[in-house]
Amino acid sequence: MTGGPLIEARGLGKRYGDKRVLDSLDFEVDRGSFMLVTGPNGSGKTTLLRLCAGLAVPTAGELEVRAPRETIGFAGHEPLVYRELTAIENLDLYGRLYRVPERRERIGMLLERFGLWQARSQRAGSFSRGMQQRLSLCRALLHEPDLLVLDEPYSGLDDAGAELLDRELADLRAGATFVVSTHDPDRVLPLASTRLAFA
Amino acid sequence: MRRYAADVAVLARKDLTLELRARDTLPAMLLFVVSTLVVFHFALPKDSSDLAAKGLLWVAIVFTALVGLTRAFVAEREQGLIDGLLLAPCDRSAIWLAKSASVLAFLGLAELVALPAYAAFFSGIGWSTILAVLLADIGMVTVGTLLAAVAAVSRTRELILPLLFLPLAIPVVIGGVGASVVDDSGRYLGFLCLYDAVFAIISWASFEYVVTE
Repeated sequence: MTGGPLIEARGLGKRYGDKRVLDSLDFEVDRGSFMLVTGPNGSGKTTLLRLCAGLAVPTAGELEVRAPRETIGFAGHEPLVYRELTAIENLDLYGRLYRVPERRERIGMLLERFGLWQARSQRAGSFSRGMQQRLSLCRALLHEPDLLVLDEPYSGLDDAGAELLDRELADLRAGATFVVSTHDPDRVLPLASTRLAFA
Repeated sequence: MRRYAADVAVLARKDLTLELRARDTLPAMLLFVVSTLVVFHFALPKDSSDLAAKGLLWVAIVFTALVGLTRAFVAEREQGLIDGLLLAPCDRSAIWLAKSASVLAFLGLAELVALPAYAAFFSGIGWSTILAVLLADIGMVTVGTLLAAVAAVSRTRELILPLLFLPLAIPVVIGGVGASVVDDSGRYLGFLCLYDAVFAIISWASFEYVVTE
């Protein structure tokens, strides 16, 4: 593992055609820290998180993410689960691709923890929005990532689900690095070590 | 290499499972190819040459492949699932290879019905035609899967796939028809092999750049 911050951005910019989404952004995310990203809709939060997760490449400046792909966990607006596959099949698919050791036990533990064990054999397409979001979080945590990139992780969750996520984030806080965007910053503010606010 | 093959197998199995559950690609391809051959059977004059009939077979095959390719990335496109696959620590070309393998399987199954149907409606099919169909399938699927990925991330996806795919399928039709109608088909089969190799390498190497924003 190399030294220095886990994520380092210098003059970071991203354009989609003529539309400039991010412009000359500088920031660092240290290992083990929690960066909270806030801002109104359309301010570039999602684009920034996609860049950090390696789903997009910058069009200007530099972005160095010193974490290999297998150590990054990402949950975004879409649950990234196949509707035609069951909860357990979805996690098994990702578990195989990530080479998760003791995959079945890990999947069972996560489904239990996120309250989806009873629904494990149901197709994800039959899940409510909140259940899909829980499954998405299971997917993001499946390989025990060192860097967690969470884009609006509370969206779609009911109170019980949100409290569950609070507990998970608090438990993981000591071991992982976080980049989290949310419209409800008060919820994760106690965990955050830095804040990047878009105007 | 074993890891790469394992990733391809996992992804291809996922695609086959999805089709088994949803059943929306293969039935569409079967219906399309059979109905096209029926239409051609009645549209073609009785005294038409074997060359004309073989040409129509290849038209049916190319458009059946297009039907399959149009559906190739539907699940990934509609639910943004391509992100989930891109996040995984597998070589991104494995996604292309697995998707190509599943589309090839669907196209092969459609042709298992289409070729006997052609033989029943028009004339018998020789081994050179069957070999040409196999080689053409590989070529169309390799390049078509790459183009389907391009189309999946484009806003004009319904338009862009045929616009990109059909011109690139012209050499396949030329090679396929040639191999089907001449006595010495070796030259045309060799041409199809070359097409497959060139476009497989290009598609394999460029897939990652096509799907990354």
